[in-house]
Amino acid sequence: MEYVIRFLAGGIVVSAFALLGDILRPKSFAGLFGAAPSVGLATLTLALLKQGGQYAAIEGRSMVIGSAALAAYSLLVCQILTRFRTTALTATALTAVAWFVVAFGLKYALLDW
Amino acid sequence: MIVRIKWSALKQSKWYEHAVRFGLGGLTTALTGAIAQRYGPATGGLFLAFPAIFCASATLVEKHERKRKEEKGLQGARRGQQAAALDAAGAGWGSMALGVFGVCVWWLAPASAVGSLCIAAIGWLVVAISLWGVRRRLRRVSWSRHFRF
Repeated sequence: MEYVIRFLAGGIVVSAFALLGDILRPKSFAGLFGAAPSVGLATLTLALLKQGGQYAAIEGRSMVIGSAALAAYSLLVCQILTRFRTTALTATALTAVAWFVVAFGLKYALLDW
Repeated sequence: MIVRIKWSALKQSKWYEHAVRFGLGGLTTALTGAIAQRYGPATGGLFLAFPAIFCASATLVEKHERKRKEEKGLQGARRGQQAAALDAAGAGWGSMALGVFGVCVWWLAPASAVGSLCIAAIGWLVVAISLWGVRRRLRRVSWSRHFRF
């Protein structure tokens, strides 16, 4: 049941931010909603309700590392699309590997070292 | 350029495109919870900034822009890629604001649950809009330097 609630909460928040991204102009402004804290809002709300503040704080700290990985990912996707002229699907799917490398690399260096 | 709402953009999207984003968003949130339970909040928290729906969003942006050009009888492939690249650049700037959201929760959640989320959401919005303004100003300066008459 908990996962159903997570699924519904995440789907609703993500869809709401995605719709905002669709209708807002200029496109560069709408792009900000591509990095909106949609999954974060849904997950942290549930974490705060169920596990409490300390647990959510640890997730928040890791979210900072994840957002650094997202910055690297976005930069890479932008460069690949501009320079190599691949499709958006190819660029975003291949670059997901970079997100994992940066996120887990930074976590290891900053938190686990 | 002023930020505005273009309602007609909603007509470009099909119902299944919304369903895909809903499904991906829900799946990522559920998976993030499962990862946090299995490997702890330090690992699960990383996925709060995972670009789960970015793949679908960028593909949609590319497709809609390409279609728009092709309807006018023009080659839309390159324009679609440029629009997706611009979307990615926006997400890159937005990720800094996402980091601010994380910092607010990290520092404030132990003291106040609801307060931390409210401050984090407001902080995200303020930083995201400010960074967008800075980016626009930087682009304008670089443009005027390159094209001085």
